[in-house]
Amino acid sequence: MDLSYFFELFVGGLTRGSIYALIALGYTMVYGIIKLINFAHGEIYMIGAFTALIIASVLSFTGMNPVLIFLIASVLAIFFSAAYGVTMEKIAYTPLRGSQRLSALISAIGMSMFLQNYVLLAQTSDFLPFPELVPDFKFLKPVEHLISSTSFLILITTAIVMVLLTYLIKFTRTGKAMRATSQDAKMAQLLGINISRIITITFIIGSSTAALGGVLISTHIGQLNFYIGFIAGIKAFVAAVLGGIGSIPGAVLGSFVLGWTESFGTGYISSDYEDVFAFLFLIIILIFRPSGILGRPENKKV
Amino acid sequence: MSDILKYFTVKEMKKSLVMSLWFMILTFPIMVIKVNTIEDTVVWRWGNLIGIGIGAFFMSTLWRYLLERKNMQSPLSDKKTLQIRVMDWANENPKAKTTALIAVGAFMAAFPFLTSMYQTSIMTTALMYIVLGLGLNIVVGLGGLLHLGYAAFYAVGAYTYALLNYHFGLSFWICLPIGAGLATVMGILLAIPVLRLRGDYLAIVTLGFGEVIRIILENWNDFSFGPSGIANIPRPGFFGMSMKLQTATIYIYFIMIAMVIFTIFVVRRLENSRMGRAWIAMREDEIASESMGIDITKSKITTFALGAFWAGMVGVIFAAKTTFINPASFTLWESVMILCVVVIGGMGSIFGVVIGALILILLPEYLRAFSEYRMLMFGAILVIMMVFRPGGIISNIRKKYKFEPTQNSAESSKEGV
Repeated sequence: MDLSYFFELFVGGLTRGSIYALIALGYTMVYGIIKLINFAHGEIYMIGAFTALIIASVLSFTGMNPVLIFLIASVLAIFFSAAYGVTMEKIAYTPLRGSQRLSALISAIGMSMFLQNYVLLAQTSDFLPFPELVPDFKFLKPVEHLISSTSFLILITTAIVMVLLTYLIKFTRTGKAMRATSQDAKMAQLLGINISRIITITFIIGSSTAALGGVLISTHIGQLNFYIGFIAGIKAFVAAVLGGIGSIPGAVLGSFVLGWTESFGTGYISSDYEDVFAFLFLIIILIFRPSGILGRPENKKV
Repeated sequence: MSDILKYFTVKEMKKSLVMSLWFMILTFPIMVIKVNTIEDTVVWRWGNLIGIGIGAFFMSTLWRYLLERKNMQSPLSDKKTLQIRVMDWANENPKAKTTALIAVGAFMAAFPFLTSMYQTSIMTTALMYIVLGLGLNIVVGLGGLLHLGYAAFYAVGAYTYALLNYHFGLSFWICLPIGAGLATVMGILLAIPVLRLRGDYLAIVTLGFGEVIRIILENWNDFSFGPSGIANIPRPGFFGMSMKLQTATIYIYFIMIAMVIFTIFVVRRLENSRMGRAWIAMREDEIASESMGIDITKSKITTFALGAFWAGMVGVIFAAKTTFINPASFTLWESVMILCVVVIGGMGSIFGVVIGALILILLPEYLRAFSEYRMLMFGAILVIMMVFRPGGIISNIRKKYKFEPTQNSAESSKEGV
């Protein structure tokens, strides 16, 4: 067994998993709070990446420092994605609160189609190159063949986001309110928690992390089009379910497991069946653990 | 209509103005800036910004007005909806109902002769979606199981016919039952591992199943000829007669009409059968129904199997109609589309699914005039539809059993006195 090849696949899976994790967080948080599969979440990720691309391209004509451009583009991408997330929630989901869950799902699907075509029409259907903004880190020179600077950036950023998010959810008042809402929304409301505000905050956080994922993966791959959100959204959803939907550590774990499954599957078996590995793995896990790896078994009540 | 005027007060105008500004900021990067990465130029489209601003101003006013109107109608109000009034009228006037049915039947029969071949072809597609919708309705509407991989069964039917015809030269009419049977078997195979899963876990596994089938069809070249698909699939024959393209189109149209009638007939029977009532009970509450003696395992497997049956059958017809199939016809969007037919039409209601299929398939075709914008509008319509009518166009009305004394029981009660 070639160890360096193994390590390459390992890092590849980790990078992939980090991106899935950033998107899956939004899925799982929204699901935890309003029990909705937000099908349009992948589109938010795509809009984040697109906004970053547009802003970065415009700024790069001014000849600004690439690192500064990258930071500005990322911040604006996060801002706009969060704004889209909140607007989407107010338009397509708030009026549907309390109605059948399938109706909300169809509304989400409609939103996803709308946003995809909106970007397609307003921009282009071609693949656009993402400007190279991340410098080559000097200290990575010795291990350059194993881990690229963008992979390194993705891993570090994901780790920071995870730590911040854990702090937010475990130790702040807002986090406490979020946990309470996801346990029992009605009871939380009775105890004086403003549910609407919590839902808005959830959408802001979820959309922001998705946008960050979008910006990072675009710098890593170097190109994007209006359709990237769809596949990434489905994969992230798989990751969230794999870990146990509604559970935040579960989403992260599920994402890394999914990343590695895909990476090793394509590396050692066949690259044609990348998605098949992901789905088959999911099916096998769910047969043995019907509520995901870290998901709590649902309480059955009549 | 007059109460919309109260939305033009200063306070409401201010709200709309805020929304308009919000949307102008929101859409700024994507609508206004367009970067040409090859020539390194930036186009600033300020006109779009103004358009968005004005559009959002009026749309937000209208949106708030409509939402308020929707919320005013309390769900418990006695006011009969149009739908219930029509149904009552139909029940009270059985003759008029028959006349209406005959009129629809006559129209459908005359349709291919009145319109062009293109229209007939679109209508055939819509009819196919009626059957697919009714099939999925068994799983989603009656069984309450969210199924996102329905297109896989559709693919099984289509590939059964294409491959059996290619290798063994089997005809359409032989393949029709085989395709339906194989899809049913696939349905059972899918149902067994997912028996323990509920709700969204079930949704993602069925989604995964659908994608796995599609990817296998795409990559296993020796078996399915890969992404290039299978061409030159023969159209259905009529006792060995060869037909011109136009006749064949009309012929398939009538096969589909027969299929729709057959499906409606069977699904109506199923709904009221012991099995159908078990499905509905399972949808309402799994544990309660299980404790009343319903075999949940059996119910789940039968919903999946019977749902898949129709998809397999339509798959065979689809292959025969288009004469060319490839895996791209059976993506997740296809499953989602069929799910939309069921939900938009009204879950659990046969008439609703029929209307849903006609609207969802014919609407994009007639939106072709705005070809570029049609998917955008389609997405918007889905959202608007769900916000203002979450139960679908024809929401299923719970069956009420009326006990009217029959001649016999009336007599026997007299005797008792």
